[in-house]
Amino acid sequence: MSKQIKVALIGNPNTGKTSIFNSLTGLNQKTANYPGVTVEKKEGICKLDRGVKAHIYDLPGTYSLNASSMDENIVVELLLNKNHKDYPDLAIIVSDVENLKRNLVLFTQVKDLKIPTILAINMSDRMKYKGIELDLSYLENHLDTKIILTTNRTNLWTDTLKDLISNYNKLPSNKFMDPQLIDPEYFKNLQRTFPEQDLYKLWVVICQDANFTNVDKNFLDGADFEIKSISELKRLQQKETIKRYQLINNILKLGQKVDQSKAIGFGAAMDRILTHKIFGYVFFCLILLGMFQAIYEWATIPMNYIDSMFASITGWVKINFPSGAMTDLLADGIITGIGGIVIFVPQIAFLFMFISVLEESGYMSRVVFLMDRIMQKFGLSGKSVVPLISGVACAIPAIMATRNIESWKERLITILVIPFMTCSARLPVYLIIVALVIPNETILGVNYQAVALMSLYIIGFLAAIFSAYILNIILKMKKRSVLVMEMPNYKIPLIKDVLYTVIEKTKSFIVEAGKIILAISIILWFLATNGVGDKFKNPEKYVSQKIELLTENELQTEMAAIKLENSFIGNIGKTIEPVFKPLGYDWKIGIGLITSFAAREVFVGTLAVIYNIENYDDSKGKQRELKNIMRQETDKNGNKIFTLASGISLLLFYAFAMQCMSTLAIVKKETNSWKWPAIQFIIMTLIAYIVSLIAFQLIS
Amino acid sequence: MHSIADLKKGEKAIIKDVSANNIPIKLLEMGCLPGNEVEVIQLAPLLGPMYININGSHLAIRKETAKLIIIDKLINNE
Repeated sequence: MSKQIKVALIGNPNTGKTSIFNSLTGLNQKTANYPGVTVEKKEGICKLDRGVKAHIYDLPGTYSLNASSMDENIVVELLLNKNHKDYPDLAIIVSDVENLKRNLVLFTQVKDLKIPTILAINMSDRMKYKGIELDLSYLENHLDTKIILTTNRTNLWTDTLKDLISNYNKLPSNKFMDPQLIDPEYFKNLQRTFPEQDLYKLWVVICQDANFTNVDKNFLDGADFEIKSISELKRLQQKETIKRYQLINNILKLGQKVDQSKAIGFGAAMDRILTHKIFGYVFFCLILLGMFQAIYEWATIPMNYIDSMFASITGWVKINFPSGAMTDLLADGIITGIGGIVIFVPQIAFLFMFISVLEESGYMSRVVFLMDRIMQKFGLSGKSVVPLISGVACAIPAIMATRNIESWKERLITILVIPFMTCSARLPVYLIIVALVIPNETILGVNYQAVALMSLYIIGFLAAIFSAYILNIILKMKKRSVLVMEMPNYKIPLIKDVLYTVIEKTKSFIVEAGKIILAISIILWFLATNGVGDKFKNPEKYVSQKIELLTENELQTEMAAIKLENSFIGNIGKTIEPVFKPLGYDWKIGIGLITSFAAREVFVGTLAVIYNIENYDDSKGKQRELKNIMRQETDKNGNKIFTLASGISLLLFYAFAMQCMSTLAIVKKETNSWKWPAIQFIIMTLIAYIVSLIAFQLIS
Repeated sequence: MHSIADLKKGEKAIIKDVSANNIPIKLLEMGCLPGNEVEVIQLAPLLGPMYININGSHLAIRKETAKLIIIDKLINNE
């Protein structure tokens, strides 16, 4: 078996850790979740010489080993547990050359756990702009480590780093600081009580906040030593931090020279505009406008290609496969359903690209700074802005992005209101319904359909903000809200990093949605083509008019309709119809709504399956547009099913209802209880029902 | 006694005392420690957060937190 080396990438947030990860592993990486939590676990493989493989773990960014969030806790838990299967053979501490002092605090802590370390000083290309000079051999000696200068602009350093990794057993693993320096009395006492244990490790365990950590602290309870109160512990932690800064300062005084006069910073100038109390907000609005412009204008070009591609695949299947229900399932159910999702890939990719660029550039933190006060009025944190914006793409990553919100109440409210934001899964439904019921006409250069679509986004946003306001009043929770946020340097995002994010997210979107659509299409198709009872088995007996008066085509159409109505799905649909009747929907739309509770985007595929089974078509390979079939749908009395009233009612239902199992699952994970997803589901669906009911009754 | 919350945009001061009990440890780790220099870079409107530079770390904190960081002397900054 070839040799494997486990490497942990550790560092402060915003140090370009992920770029180093990407450079070492290329696309040779996979993302999974840590068991039990939704923190992303990124692992990649880096090939070294002589068949040796290094497993690189990109750990979440952290400022220290005192975890104050779930992300940070992952790092602490891994480093404290020697028996963990991913326990690293060595750690690469990634630091930002401009913030070396602060970054070294974490470095010295990891070193004190006796893990062999390499210090990667990243963004070294900025040294000359900042007037920074480093005496590397002095630093290597006094920090007792190997140092490598890295930059995201070139890859010249990767071979050197790979060499260092291969020879990790030559790396020093001595402690940096004697913990007794923090508080001699306390630590002597601690050592006396637990002579077997490593003193610093013990101290890190004691410091962990019980809210986040699963680190086992039980062994402390029975022990005969004085357990300090939380405030005393905090004082000790403060002492530790001060001590570390002192030692680091002493080293940097000789190992680092900073000539402020040589520093050129455009960051300060950019901040003057981007965080300005007027221009800052103007710029933010422009960015948002640009984002929507890109999503709705630029994305239409590739979307048209995808649309015609899927149309021709469907046509091809119909011509080349024997006609029958199976082919219909494949062509109209599965392929159309999946095409209904793939068509949104350009939009989703654009959205993730924008969000990734905004984050990587450091601009998102400025938005948080600008919006914090306003968001607080609604019971949210400035940090809620980023998840809310991401919610326009998909609620799932958005909910995961709430993890850096310090206050639990603010975080919970953000999680609860995110699903109101118009996610991309609503788009397929919106587009088809808007095209059906809203006239494609312009008044004063504004298209009605565009206005309708924009209104739906605004409705979603207002619903989110307004319910946050109500939740803030209702939820009786102690709120200790703080905001401590780094404002990172502005950076030009690397195309490579952005691309990786976009590919990764888009891929998982298609795969996840594809699975659900496939499963639901097959179940639906089965339920719609099977049934019991005489009406299903002998539909010709129940045709309304004399058979002789009908053409073959008319006869088949009517028989298909009778069969569908008496199939399993028809029976289910008829049973639930009374619930949806007041909203203006027939049983087929009702079935569409029910299946949408798995995922909203299934709606289009569901209708495609149902309408295609019903609409007998003998012209093989003829392209039938779902939109046209829907437009012709009538009830028994010949009234159109999709009218302005029922259409708007349907749009509003989708705007408010909680129809996404994956979101509910993620909310359960993040809030660690079924209570919140259950409340979210019931309240949102109730609101959807009531609003749609009122809308339909008023308009019709 | 002044705190960071009393500083205006562009003003600098030296941190004198930090009430460790109520302040997130994270802030200390980011360099908010006695003896370090602090400069106010930007203030968000309507009593929003403060954008400060402590010891080379650029941070945003709310006014309530800023009140807990006692500063010593104001360095005249033109």
